[in-house]
Amino acid sequence: MILLALVAVPVAGGLLGWALGRRSTLVPRWISLVAMVLDLGLSIVLWAEHPAASIGGGPWIAKLTLPWIPQWGIQFELAADGLSLLMIVLTALLGVASVIVSWSTVRERVAFYNLNLCLVIGGIVGVFVALDLFLFYLFWELMLIPMYFIIAIWGHEKRQAASIKFLLFTQAGGLLMLLAILALFFIHGATSGEYTFDYFKLLGTPLAPGVATAVMLGFFVAFAIKLPAVPVHTWLPDAHTQAPTAGSVILAGLLLKTGAYGLIRFVVPLFPNAALQFAPIAMILGVAGVIYGAALAFAQDDLKRLVAYTSISHLGFVLIGVFAWNTLALQGAIVTMVAHGLSTGALFILAGSIQDRLHTRDMRAMGGFWESAPRFGGIMLFFALASLGLPGLADFVGEFLVLLGTYAVAPVIAIIAAVGVVLSAVYALWMIYRTFQGRQAPGRALPDLKAREMAVLAVLAALLLWIGLFPQRVLDTAAPSINQLQAGRTALVVPHGVHRDEL
Amino acid sequence: MELLWLVPALPLLGFALLTLARRLVRGVAALIGVGSIGLSMLVTLWIAYSFLVSPPQSGAASDTVWSWIALGDFRVSVAFYLDSFSLVMILVITIVGFFIHLYSAGYMEGDDGFARFFAYMNLFTASMLILVLADNLLLLLVGWEGVGLCSYLLIGFWYRDPANARAAVKAFVVTRTGDAAMLVGFLLLFTSLGTLNIQDLLSKAVSQWPSGSGIAIAAAALILAGALGKSAQLPLQTWLPDAMAGPTPVSALIHAATMVTAGVYLVARTHAIFALAPPVQLAVGIIGVATLLIAGFSAITQRDIKRVLAYSTMSQIGYMFLALGVGAWGAALFHFVTHAFFKSLLFLAAGSVILAMHHEQDLLKMGGLWKRAPVAFWTFLVGALAMAAVPPLISGFSSKDWILSWVWSSPAGGPVLYVLALLGVLLTATYTARLVTLAFFGRERDVPEHVHPGGALIAVPLIVLAVPALFLGLIQTPRSLGGVNLFASFVQGVLPEPGAEGPPSTELLLMAVSTLVALAGLVLGWALGVSQARAHLARREAEPAGSPLHRFLLSGWGFDWLYDRAIVGPYRWLARINQSDVADWIARGFAALSRLLNRLLSLAQTGRLRWYATALGIGAVAIVAMVVFL
Repeated sequence: MILLALVAVPVAGGLLGWALGRRSTLVPRWISLVAMVLDLGLSIVLWAEHPAASIGGGPWIAKLTLPWIPQWGIQFELAADGLSLLMIVLTALLGVASVIVSWSTVRERVAFYNLNLCLVIGGIVGVFVALDLFLFYLFWELMLIPMYFIIAIWGHEKRQAASIKFLLFTQAGGLLMLLAILALFFIHGATSGEYTFDYFKLLGTPLAPGVATAVMLGFFVAFAIKLPAVPVHTWLPDAHTQAPTAGSVILAGLLLKTGAYGLIRFVVPLFPNAALQFAPIAMILGVAGVIYGAALAFAQDDLKRLVAYTSISHLGFVLIGVFAWNTLALQGAIVTMVAHGLSTGALFILAGSIQDRLHTRDMRAMGGFWESAPRFGGIMLFFALASLGLPGLADFVGEFLVLLGTYAVAPVIAIIAAVGVVLSAVYALWMIYRTFQGRQAPGRALPDLKAREMAVLAVLAALLLWIGLFPQRVLDTAAPSINQLQAGRTALVVPHGVHRDEL
Repeated sequence: MELLWLVPALPLLGFALLTLARRLVRGVAALIGVGSIGLSMLVTLWIAYSFLVSPPQSGAASDTVWSWIALGDFRVSVAFYLDSFSLVMILVITIVGFFIHLYSAGYMEGDDGFARFFAYMNLFTASMLILVLADNLLLLLVGWEGVGLCSYLLIGFWYRDPANARAAVKAFVVTRTGDAAMLVGFLLLFTSLGTLNIQDLLSKAVSQWPSGSGIAIAAAALILAGALGKSAQLPLQTWLPDAMAGPTPVSALIHAATMVTAGVYLVARTHAIFALAPPVQLAVGIIGVATLLIAGFSAITQRDIKRVLAYSTMSQIGYMFLALGVGAWGAALFHFVTHAFFKSLLFLAAGSVILAMHHEQDLLKMGGLWKRAPVAFWTFLVGALAMAAVPPLISGFSSKDWILSWVWSSPAGGPVLYVLALLGVLLTATYTARLVTLAFFGRERDVPEHVHPGGALIAVPLIVLAVPALFLGLIQTPRSLGGVNLFASFVQGVLPEPGAEGPPSTELLLMAVSTLVALAGLVLGWALGVSQARAHLARREAEPAGSPLHRFLLSGWGFDWLYDRAIVGPYRWLARINQSDVADWIARGFAALSRLLNRLLSLAQTGRLRWYATALGIGAVAIVAMVVFL
């Protein structure tokens, strides 16, 4: 039941705040904050029980199955393992952060805004726990609509175009995924006689190689758009740049993770052979993202756009790690997902704060802010360093493990990805140079961070440091799921020419 | 050795206090900043004492603080490893570091970033200590990137000048280029040997890799790339002269005494792998001697006192790489030790000169300062003679002489390398003498009326550091000069010698030759200094640009020019033309297409009944025709 509560609490909080918040703007803010904090508390409770709560010794720690539309083999099936758990905790945490950073910056239609915020968080949690493919698809679509509203209504100057682009890209992917889900449903039904959307039953559906590749690609494209992988990433810079601060935080911190999660949860386990054959292409796309994202980040004048492109670079590491598919690389991918959520989320909060204060995102109009806002500068530098993979912070652990795991199976990919280490230093330090160093233009002083902002950022910074120095808790949480996933994969015949190292 | 973790932890604590506390009184900030290093130094001295009194049985002790990452076979801990080699390193880092911190309390007085300065310096010291104490390569990387970060922060310390900030970014990015290659080296080491623990790696490499095998060569070359970046050796040396934008104590600590020698540490630490890769080891020696000469020539042409010292640092580290290249690991380490003392002394004395000159760094504007700033002069002179390797002052002399004798007698060395190294001796003496002549002797050219070379906080560290710069050579002397062998025998267990030494007569001959060369260099340098000072006095205003050769040397042999055109320029150009992302053309193409279709189709929507009726008629005919004919 705790899983249902995790989904229901933000949704209920949002609706309640909307219903009561017609007059006061404070009511919906407080209600959504309480709901998010409650959700965070629940997720931490669930984490604290892990892994003692294991069901039957497997990776699953909580499960809920309710009949829903039995005629079509659809169930209301929720389940969580360590992977879901990490993502849920991240979701709830960034949910709290989103409500707080929107506190005084969103002033129009506050009740409706908070409703959308709560719905998108609820939808994302749903995506991370739904194990019935039909239900998964439902949550997948459910989280998009409120996100669309958040960009389209509370976004910046080009919000209309950006929100429509976002919607069209993700809908195109969603459509392909729906077709793939239906194909799997019918093939499984035809071969086994049981028509079902149950993830656990669909695992191991025998598929002809060509069919498997086609169906897998349906899923892959949907998740690759969300991730985003090059070359279907172009919705992201627009959406991130135009979204209000909390929207960017949720987009970068969480929505992108649903793509990565989908790859790990569905693409490889459902289509192990097809994914194995596809792995080289996927890894090439990943490494292309690492390099291309970093290069484009350096090219930007718009601060939020710069941060948006860094996401493409970081998620490239995730794509590589997932398809390298050994323990080290998968653990690296998962740590990178968490670390990126924290560090990039924080960078968007900072970029948003600069925009709120100076009403510009253009770095050509910035510089020398260290003088007027030293705390701001120190914090910004910290997250920039996390982003460039400074050892001792979380992003480094993730990216290093990805590289280490990848080197064993595809050394060339790992070597090219290592170039990203240099390019990330270039964009991160150049960003600091253009904003905080040099001489401050007269009349362009940046007011320093306030206590409320400091509190949120300090928590994110502390978590990055914690994961960077003591990553074992996170690794142990994900380990049972990864072992399970690996067990499914090792049963396969390894095709000729692909070297798999059992790490 | 239970206290070992305290050595890096104390400066780290200092950093945390200085960062988190807001609005510290200047005195408190200095107390925390200097005190943390002082305590760390005391702990280090205690550890050294107990190490000497009761050496650990295996020659090394280790201390695991916590398990960092454990995933199947991949296990790394935050663990520190102490042997005679790392003990020498932490002694130098904390002792030199302490006196530089003390000096900084005087030098940075009145700077509005006083607490920030000490925070960065403490973080640097902690990172450097982690680097040399790490028992595995991943923890070493934490220290390695940490010192790089602090170097960046301190070069750009005076951030208001964009040039400083750009120099900081340049330093970080250039060194990180080497680091990326080194990271790949670590991946290769783990993948083929299954561990990142340094001692395990070395023993496994020796037992599993044949000498001269491709994998050993690849591993050594990749590690070397990281070392070259950090130690500002060819071809990754361009960042160091620009790094002089940082405050002078930073140049002394980071860009002379400690961080830039991290590459030497790394190669010496993993010397077993280099010994398995003779071509790479040869490359180390060649790169060392090439950097030694290139930087030496450039040093002769510089006008900025700190840039002369920066090029001299590159050149002195070139000596250390040369020593590594001929397998004289111990000699390389000894030159690191003496260099740390005499070069930090030189920088700090130069800092005092710069204070006296009211932040003027142009040598041609100085002159005659020996009377005006006597402490700076005498201590600088000690450092300069040590650097120029003049025999009576024996710290730099004995370490350099040790290297030269191995270059001659080691199987990996030989007469060619020796002659080139001897040319280096000449250059070193020349640029040193020119610097001293221009700064301290002759007529005062543009020296301000009131000079303030600094108070006791400046003078005391200078005098203290001058002592080891003078006498440290006494612990390791040539056989013909007493044959004291304390240093070599102390580190021998970790850093073996490359073979049997040559006969004492050869050694004596080599020593005589290098001494004569050094003296010749001194005279040459003095003459250069005198003539340049005269020329400057004669023309005063209009400075000609100098000959093309002079400009070439002044610019550090055009490396910056080359890299700007070959790498930086194209990257920026690509960024500029692709700012709006070519990949977006697909999406924009779809958008344009649908807009076009929209426009075409809306043409049909004219609102005229005749058009609609005609279209209806044509459509009906077409459908009927299709039904009939198909």
